[in-house]
Amino acid sequence: MSAALLIDILLWGSVAGVGFIAWRRGRTVLVSSLREGSLEFANIMPRIAIGVVGSGYIAAVIPQEIITGWLRPDSGWLGVLTAVVAGAATPGGPVVGFSIGAVALKAGGGPPQVTAYVVAWALFAFQRVILWEIPFMPARFVWFRAAVSVPFPFLAAAIAMAIGKP
Amino acid sequence: MPPGRVRKPIGWSMISILVLVLISAGLVYRRDGADGVIEILSHDLSLFGGILPRVLAGCLLGAFIAEILPHEKVSRALGPKSGLKGLLIGTAFGAILPGGPFTAYPVAAALLTVGADFGATIAMVVSWTLIGYGRAVAWELPIMGTEFTLWRIVISLPLPVLAGALGRFVYARVYPDGAPE
Repeated sequence: MSAALLIDILLWGSVAGVGFIAWRRGRTVLVSSLREGSLEFANIMPRIAIGVVGSGYIAAVIPQEIITGWLRPDSGWLGVLTAVVAGAATPGGPVVGFSIGAVALKAGGGPPQVTAYVVAWALFAFQRVILWEIPFMPARFVWFRAAVSVPFPFLAAAIAMAIGKP
Repeated sequence: MPPGRVRKPIGWSMISILVLVLISAGLVYRRDGADGVIEILSHDLSLFGGILPRVLAGCLLGAFIAEILPHEKVSRALGPKSGLKGLLIGTAFGAILPGGPFTAYPVAAALLTVGADFGATIAMVVSWTLIGYGRAVAWELPIMGTEFTLWRIVISLPLPVLAGALGRFVYARVYPDGAPE
């Protein structure tokens, strides 16, 4: 079974599960959540469209080679800093992000720096923020979340240096 | 009944993204000509068509959760006064949530509307992205290898709670009188 199919089964299974609970609470609960969800969907569609189509163009302007160049085996905190910037600027989905990380490891990048890269990518990758987080969440939350997340790739690198792993 | 979600049609975030997109599309046009622009457009439109059903599922999931979760209990369990326990619940919830960004963000938005505070919601989102099993199993393990992935997750374990705590600390200082809305 492919991963995508598994995701869809889990996803629609969860929808059916909470939908069933709503239905047991009464028809009006079910109908009003269905209406609310569909309205939300209609509302969000244009933003997702801008995000999907738009981030393709942004990704085309930032080729992967630039990101790989930033992940040179710089050791120390300068290397961590460039890794964090590279993580946020990495275009594309998880395949691209992790592949760049794997290449950097093989090319002699320090594990703390690569850890910082992966954590920064998970927290800040611009495509996910533009495509998913901004359309769904209140804008104030997104900026707040991003701002308070800034120290954590550095903390992850510090922990990696302290324990000597991965 | 939970309050309806108030949505601004298109905020300045979307406008700045749109400007960025137009500039990038212009650069692609200068580099690759109209063919390059059309190629990316058609690729991304088919991607868009493919993810729409998942977006619908995510929206329904968020709406159901907002409807069936009791407001009062959520604000006690995940609200501003929920303490460390609230951050831990948010972290656990983010770690076990199935699906991808199309579920995480609608569900996080639903939690905010039914009484979770920024801190617990930040813990949930950061936990989903850093220690959620979905992306780690599907992509990180096969590409980065087991050792790196496991250590990366171990190192990340404390981060969601710390991010949520920092979020609460900053929130209380930026908005000392509560939410501005």
